[in-house]
Amino acid sequence: MSVDILVVAEQRDGVLNRSTLEAVVAGQELGKQLGKEVALVALGKGISSLAEELTSKGVKEVLTVDDDKLSDYTPDGYAGALQQVIAAENPAYVLFSHTYTVRDYAPKLAMKLERPLVSDCVRYKMDGNALVFVRQVFQGKIDADFTFEGDGPHLVSFQVGAFNADNLETSGAAGAVRNLSLSMDNVEIRTKVLDVFEGVKQEVDLSKADRIVSVGRGVKKSENIEMMKDLAAALGAEMGASRPVCDDGWLPLDRQVGSSGQTVAPKLYFAVGISGAIQHIVGMKNSGTIVAINKDPHAPIFDIADYGIVADLFEVIPEVISALKES
Amino acid sequence: MKIIVCMKQVPVQDSLLKITDDSRWVQEAELNYEINESDHYALETALLLKEEHGGEVVILTMGPRRVKEAIKQGLAKGADRALHINNESFTTLDIFINAKLLAAAIQQEEADLVLTGLQTDDYGFGQTGVILAEKLGLPHASIVMEILKQDGSIKVKREMESGWFQSVELPLPALLTIQSGISQIRYATIKGIMMAKKKEIKELSLSDLGLAEGDVDDSTSSLKFHKLYVPEKTKQAELLEGDPKDVAAQLVHKLKNEAKVF
Ligand SMILES: Cc1cc2nc3c(=O)[nH]c(=O)nc-3n(C[C@H](O)[C@H](O)[C@H](O)COP(=O)(O)OP(=O)(O)OC[C@H]3O[C@@H](n4cnc5c(N)ncnc54)[C@H](O)[C@@H]3O)c2cc1C
Ligand SMILES: Nc1ncnc2c1ncn2[C@@H]1O[C@H](COP(=O)(O)O)[C@@H](O)[C@H]1O
Repeated sequence: MSVDILVVAEQRDGVLNRSTLEAVVAGQELGKQLGKEVALVALGKGISSLAEELTSKGVKEVLTVDDDKLSDYTPDGYAGALQQVIAAENPAYVLFSHTYTVRDYAPKLAMKLERPLVSDCVRYKMDGNALVFVRQVFQGKIDADFTFEGDGPHLVSFQVGAFNADNLETSGAAGAVRNLSLSMDNVEIRTKVLDVFEGVKQEVDLSKADRIVSVGRGVKKSENIEMMKDLAAALGAEMGASRPVCDDGWLPLDRQVGSSGQTVAPKLYFAVGISGAIQHIVGMKNSGTIVAINKDPHAPIFDIADYGIVADLFEVIPEVISALKES
Repeated sequence: MKIIVCMKQVPVQDSLLKITDDSRWVQEAELNYEINESDHYALETALLLKEEHGGEVVILTMGPRRVKEAIKQGLAKGADRALHINNESFTTLDIFINAKLLAAAIQQEEADLVLTGLQTDDYGFGQTGVILAEKLGLPHASIVMEILKQDGSIKVKREMESGWFQSVELPLPALLTIQSGISQIRYATIKGIMMAKKKEIKELSLSDLGLAEGDVDDSTSSLKFHKLYVPEKTKQAELLEGDPKDVAAQLVHKLKNEAKVF
């Protein structure tokens, strides 16, 4: 048996990363277009119950590689194992969700296979017979079209959130599990994993906040944070921030919203001087009402905001504060 | 410890981008450039390691003539010398080709540590560092937030999603991709700027890298880049218009009566 579309599952301690299901959805939709079937591959140590769980995810097969060398994630282990799986199965497409782990090993795998990886795609589309993969450049401000030529395997990673895991098609028969035995002896693991741990507990739990005023690099300097605190006070809101604001120490790290910070879903989210990079958006897109204030009308934040104000924040915010106080 | 830092110059972050008529890139004539954000942090990391352990910091950058500005800035901050691959005549979006060129330059140096940024703000591949590691046969760690040099090895803290971290140990030589925010970035001093004038910037041509025209030909790649365009909007915010006082009043009214958040 061989595989048409191979989706790489991501797990830690046997727990599936939910974005894997997004990649399966991408695979299922692509499979319909191309008349191809989807298989999952999972790597790890002692993952039989995970494999069992995966059989119900609307795939034809679940391939597993179970090996001591894969008990902890390492780029050497994952790239070494997947290189062999892909060589043996020769899939037309290999799909990943563009997680931090995939960022860490997929380019290495691509280089080993000498097969380019089109990374962090936001969607695909058909252009006549051609399958076009769309990824963004300039931090989401511009889209770029790519296609593959010739036979696969073609490697594609999709941005987290690009496909909706709720659209998973699970009505078909359960997939079959196939354990692969690879020669892992030749795979040298140079990275020694010492620890996997959660960072210092957040002092503020923004996930409980009803209203958040988040500030971005558009506030320009630390002194201007005061004005934003006044806005937050007028709204009865907690302060949040984009990553660069925390990197620069204008607000403490535990105010960071996004993929490496907190995930929030308040009733009201103000994004002030924030461009709307995907790593920020994934942390706040489920907010109730989103207000964006940005001087750049093309800023991606306006794509997910409910209300937008295209203006200099230093002119608008004081007026918003007084309007709030008056009402 | 000899450290090579890969730095790219990219359009400044607030640039107004206009796509060229052939849709292949953005109009560069009116753009200003700066050092890619995470590369700034990679350089800072290298400078801190040098201060603590001694050695040399070498900047490696590939780009047209204008990247000299970025190099000078890095030298003024304290890097010792620089390598410049001028790719004016063979600019490509092919990651493997770009990595091949950078790897060829790195191979001539025998560094203990190669640092790259996590991701460029223009191409945004987030791949070059990891590909370089594989090409050079080096172990790597990506999204690095902390480094501790030991005897013959390094211990690093890598960022994972939602506030989790992995702590790993790698033998040297190794390659690390550095995440923004790993430390505060220094400014160049007047003295640094003066001293930078005497530092070496070595230009590397294709033949200096042991490569030929055919090595930078992207026409045989299986991945084809077609065009750039302004993203199609799936949803757009309701934009409030008027003078600041006016939009502020509209906003508060809408939040109260439409969104009903108060
Ligand atoms: C692996 C990884 C993880 C990351 N994790 C996170 C994360 O958890 N959270 C996060 O936020 N980011 C994260 N980032 C960074 C992210 O990619 C962006 O770089 C960041 O979100 C940008 O922050 P910003 O919008 O504040 O700054 P910028 O992108 O610089 O945007 C500033 C905005 O302010 C506007 N502006 C400037 N002046 C004014 C003015 N006077 N009035 C009005 N508007 C103005 C500009 O038009 C611009 O849109 C991560 C990146 C990577 C690669
Ligand atoms: N032209 C270049 N010159 C020097 N370093 C580069 C170049 N392109 C990419 N890099 C390095 O590779 C990192 C990742 O780039 P990318 O894969 O484009 O996101 C950057 O942060 C740089 O450190």
